[in-house]
Amino acid sequence: MSVLFKNVKQLVFDIDNYIDTVEQGTLVFKEGIVNYLKGEKSSFAEKIDTITQLETRADKLQRKIDNQFYHHSILPQNVSDIEIMLDKIDELIDISKDILYQFDDELPFIPKELVNDYLRLADASCEAALTCFPATRTFFREPLKVRDMLVKVYFYEKETDKLARNIKRKLFHEMPDLRLSEKIHLRYFTLHIETISDKAENLADMLSILALKMSI
Amino acid sequence: MIILFYLSSGLFLGWSLGANDAANVFGTAVGSRMIRFKTAAIVASIFVILGAVIQGAGASHTLGKLGSISTLAAAFTVALSAALTVFWMTRLKLPVSTSQAIVGAIIGWNFYTNNPTDLNILTKIVSTWVSGPILGGIFSVLLFILIRKVNQKTKIHLLYRHSYIKFGLLIVGAFGAYSLGANNIANVMGVFTTAITLPTIDLGFVSIDSTQQLFLVGGIAIAVGIITYSKHVMETVGNTLMPLTPDAAIVVVLSQALVLFIFSSQTLSNSLQSIGLPAIPLVPVSSSQVVIGSIIGIGLYKGGKEIKYNILGSISLGWIATPIVAGIMAFIMLFFVNNVFKQNVGTNNLIETKIKVVKGAATTINISDSTYTGINQTEPIVNDSIINKEKLITQRDTQSASKTKLIIIWIELLIIIILAFILIYYLWFRNKKTNKLKLEYNLFKEKTLLKVGSLKKRIVEKELRQENLGKELKFRQNEMVTMAMSIIQKNEFLENLKREIIKIKSRVSDHETRLGLNKLSLMITQDLSIDRDRERFQLIVNEQSNNFNQRLTDRFPKLTDNEKRLIALLRLNLSSKEIASILNISPKSVEMNRYRLRKKLQVEPKTTLNDFIRKF
Repeated sequence: MSVLFKNVKQLVFDIDNYIDTVEQGTLVFKEGIVNYLKGEKSSFAEKIDTITQLETRADKLQRKIDNQFYHHSILPQNVSDIEIMLDKIDELIDISKDILYQFDDELPFIPKELVNDYLRLADASCEAALTCFPATRTFFREPLKVRDMLVKVYFYEKETDKLARNIKRKLFHEMPDLRLSEKIHLRYFTLHIETISDKAENLADMLSILALKMSI
Repeated sequence: MIILFYLSSGLFLGWSLGANDAANVFGTAVGSRMIRFKTAAIVASIFVILGAVIQGAGASHTLGKLGSISTLAAAFTVALSAALTVFWMTRLKLPVSTSQAIVGAIIGWNFYTNNPTDLNILTKIVSTWVSGPILGGIFSVLLFILIRKVNQKTKIHLLYRHSYIKFGLLIVGAFGAYSLGANNIANVMGVFTTAITLPTIDLGFVSIDSTQQLFLVGGIAIAVGIITYSKHVMETVGNTLMPLTPDAAIVVVLSQALVLFIFSSQTLSNSLQSIGLPAIPLVPVSSSQVVIGSIIGIGLYKGGKEIKYNILGSISLGWIATPIVAGIMAFIMLFFVNNVFKQNVGTNNLIETKIKVVKGAATTINISDSTYTGINQTEPIVNDSIINKEKLITQRDTQSASKTKLIIIWIELLIIIILAFILIYYLWFRNKKTNKLKLEYNLFKEKTLLKVGSLKKRIVEKELRQENLGKELKFRQNEMVTMAMSIIQKNEFLENLKREIIKIKSRVSDHETRLGLNKLSLMITQDLSIDRDRERFQLIVNEQSNNFNQRLTDRFPKLTDNEKRLIALLRLNLSSKEIASILNISPKSVEMNRYRLRKKLQVEPKTTLNDFIRKF
């Protein structure tokens, strides 16, 4: 019997591994932001290396999963939906890596008054993504429970929006000493970090629709 | 060789059965690419043959009771007429079933050969046509509930579940193919079993009798139909007719297999009889109709909203139309085979049996006459022969009466033919009308979808444009605020500088230094009054508020330029102090100007000036 399900066993293992990798990537991103804000340059460089490796691994795994789905004709009716979902998961690690590189390349100046705000923003945004991963794992086992798990994602996404808006308001209303270029630069970095939670929200939407589709 | 020729019509019927009915077993699995066609075809072929050889006798025996076709030519004609009926009605897209066609063709033979049709057997067969789909529906509902409960209780990974379903579809498909072979082989070879007798083949461990050999050949014909033509049916009709989820597909195929198995299992029937229950009628049932029954069962369980109830009407019409058409076709073809090709298509079995008895008796009389010795023992024989002669005369009378009956039958048949043609015409016309309506509906749907699509696209484009404009507006506003802030800061700085210069001037006694400080103070004052930044800012504000200004002027034509400037700055949510700095006037003047503006704009006491301007 185990011979019959060998391919499926491998695929299940690969999907779990893929989700783990992306989850790890999000955690590394969060730590990377903390390192940058606290000025720990060597740790930040280390995080960039780690996230690059994780992103490469995730890409390889995604391609392998794609091949297995089509080669062994597994879930032919739902494969395209699952592929889109895996793409959305991949976007999370892709964007995380890009943002860390942007921090590394552009070295945005973050005033001390805003460090805590940025830390809270990164935390809330990553939390939205991190709440998505257990929901993704549950989707494969108990689709009906997914919707309940996604409530947290929407909450964190809204929190991130609020925090981002506060930072922008602070930048343009309460910090006259900063140059406009610096303000705009920081505004863009706020937007970058906010994107993680937006992508998590997109994934959550997709998951809830898919879960509903599977349970019918 | 001649046997093979006569068998060809049955083989054709088998081929068409394999080509069409295999889709009921593996259609969803292949159509949804869960199972490859190659695998499905191999499994279906093997199990159809096994089912036919091992368990095909039961249903065939019942068909034999309905009409025992004794000659090869008659069997060939009956099978051919059933096959042609299926072919013709399928082309006209009318509901048709092989099981019903063969029953109709046998009744047609009964009519032609003047053999009585056993009404009990016929009732038994017709009742299974109705009970088959109903039973399929019941099974499917029960199995569907069971599979749902299992899915909810167990936390199986989606991919493992898929594998189990895939494996299950293969197993259930094999069972379905076995049942299809066991039940439907009677349609293909049932009519030949009494006409052809083949020597038993002994393979040592198993022996295959004449009927089983015929069923083997029929099974192979079905398998050829599956391999050569069912792929097309599975990929087109199989999937479009029943777009089922894999779970539902397993349930439907299993229900169908169970129904077909029940109506062909002699062992099950015997077991029921042994515990005092009534025997199961072993009758060929239409697999397509059982599948439809099963799907309707699931549909009803789900609430019955998606069911197309007109399909039930089609099945019912199929029950009536198919046997009538097949019967008429068999009757006409038997007439031709009998009178044009001079082939023996069978006689009245009852009369034949009686004539045989009489002939036997007459021979006994002759023997008695030649060997008559006057012994008393021969008296009963003589008496018997007299009785037999009387019977012979009665028989002749019966034959002349049967001729009259034949004429009546011909008239009845003519009426049936006319009725059948009217029915077929009605079905064909209705089908044509439905197709036309469907075509019109699809065209309308397509057009509407296109329109909706283009409208949606336009809405999305507009929303996008609006969003971009909103973003741009926000950006410009931010830019203006930033600029205003920098002007304010610069002016504040210059004011402070001027104050400091005045302070220093009061402490300095040197004339030249005082003159220099005076010059500096004057320069600052000039810069404050002729501020280029402010002018530029004013320009941007005016440019941004073009529409707003226009609206303002239209409604309040008496507003001055200074008042309009104040309104523009208030729109940016700037405080009186900030506005004062930008306009190089005192904050008190700003407050006064605001008061005048409020009066001019006739703002209600409850509303603030800022809110009024923002909402304007």
